[in-house]
Amino acid sequence: MERAAVLGRLTWRLAEVAEIVPETARAATLVFEVDGWPGHRAGQHVDVRLTAEDGYQAQRSYSIASAPGEPHVRLTVERLDDGEVSPYLVGELRPGDRIEIRGPVGGYFVWEPGGGEPVLLVAGGSGVVPLAAMLRRRIETGDRTPMKLLYSSRAPEDVIYAAELDRLDGLDGVDVIHTFTRSQPDGWSGYVRRIDEAMLAAVAWPASQGARAFVCGPTRLVESVADGLLAVGYGPAAVRTERFGPTGGEG
Amino acid sequence: MSFVSRGFRGRRRDAPADGGRVPPGQYLTDDFPVLSAGPTPRTPLEEWSFAITGEVDEPRTYSWEEFRALPAETITRDIHCVTKWSKLDTVWEGVPVSALLEGHETAAEYVVAFCDGGYTTNLPLEDVAEGNAWVVHTYDGAPLAPEHGGPARLLVPHLYFWKSAKWVRGLALRLEDEPGFWEGYGYHNYGDPWKEQRYWGD
Amino acid sequence: MSMDDDRRLDGNAAAGLLGEIFAVDLTAARCCCGGCGATEQLAAEAVYAAGPGTVMRCVHCGHAMAVVVHGGGRYWLGVSGMTWLEIPEPAPA
Repeated sequence: MERAAVLGRLTWRLAEVAEIVPETARAATLVFEVDGWPGHRAGQHVDVRLTAEDGYQAQRSYSIASAPGEPHVRLTVERLDDGEVSPYLVGELRPGDRIEIRGPVGGYFVWEPGGGEPVLLVAGGSGVVPLAAMLRRRIETGDRTPMKLLYSSRAPEDVIYAAELDRLDGLDGVDVIHTFTRSQPDGWSGYVRRIDEAMLAAVAWPASQGARAFVCGPTRLVESVADGLLAVGYGPAAVRTERFGPTGGEG
Repeated sequence: MSFVSRGFRGRRRDAPADGGRVPPGQYLTDDFPVLSAGPTPRTPLEEWSFAITGEVDEPRTYSWEEFRALPAETITRDIHCVTKWSKLDTVWEGVPVSALLEGHETAAEYVVAFCDGGYTTNLPLEDVAEGNAWVVHTYDGAPLAPEHGGPARLLVPHLYFWKSAKWVRGLALRLEDEPGFWEGYGYHNYGDPWKEQRYWGD
Repeated sequence: MSMDDDRRLDGNAAAGLLGEIFAVDLTAARCCCGGCGATEQLAAEAVYAAGPGTVMRCVHCGHAMAVVVHGGGRYWLGVSGMTWLEIPEPAPA
């Protein structure tokens, strides 16, 4: 049974930008110093709140990209053109600026080492962020859990953490499988369609191995993958999901 | 006040030069935000009906055809949501509630609007019966979209927009006031934006 | 009833707000629907958070299990739609 962490009641605290690292044309990783950060678990998220001078506020949730052992809290944000918060975080924010965050939150969509059952991570777009945190946690602890990441992107230039994922792919017990839905790299011989039941049947650990799955991305993808995993034999308790809402990322 | 984020403006417009149209604590928007307490109902028109029920001499039910055959008005109003956005000059077409209540005798002083999905909201009868409320089916010249309350919603522009119940299916006339969904969870019973009546006790 | 609509999030989206009220994280808690009796982890229930308040609905029957309104200097928490909530003990420090 999951244990709940005692956090005390959550309040807003300030996070200072130490560095901003571009990931793709639209996404960047924000590296924060957070005074008094209590630590977090891979898969958790924070809520971010922005306040304008006249008091107008906007709030969104972002998954934590950093593994728990890292010295900074990192968030990866994809800028949506018609978004309200993401264009500020990716575009206006600079090192030295501070934002308000609340968290870490989430005791359900988390992975901790030591389990043993293989893990399937299924990501759509920026849904890769919490799943990458889980992969990074596995690496930083030396855990041997077999992990597969199935990652759906529109085009090669949209792949977040591309170089890092290439490096991790093929490490003992780690597999990264990409699928592209609009355009693919030159010479690509891998998947070129949305994740469907046939792809899951080919990629997912057989249900008989007691595997667990974590699925994160736009609502449509999450629902279709969850249904697909049930269809290939995963029990409902073995599949955990986190939805980002219709835009596939925050706004 | 909380920490101010350098350089953050958010997505809203400046107030118009002729001030006085934006109630206290509100921000202007050009968008039409979709706010909801549940999934979007999708009742087929052949199953839709609108009822006047409760403390009336004779309850009355309209089918969609009957409702659309009623004389409708086009009105332009400013709307104000309790979540702080205001939108000016929104254009609607619909049937005045006073016309729907015409001919009904009642001792009721209150109404409860009831909707697909179970949402309810309460109002004094005089706040809907006197040319100040409509059941609208058209927004900005087009059929009201489901996410905005279509096929028909209540429109009560002089109160916060949670009183303009989406997916409305009828008005129940009541002798006693009966708090609706949000009114039962801390929102103000009346909701006048000009007095900033957002929550109980405001 | 159909719960597949775009604007619906899951219990993870309510975690921050609930975390301001409760000293333990509730996403891993299990809850029982007062409408149909189904039990789920709170994180798996449906949440509608873009509105005057946050409404958590049962993914099986749509019943409003919990409503949280935060404003005017206080929180209102309605849980009459939930029969019980099972909260795991905190992990040892």
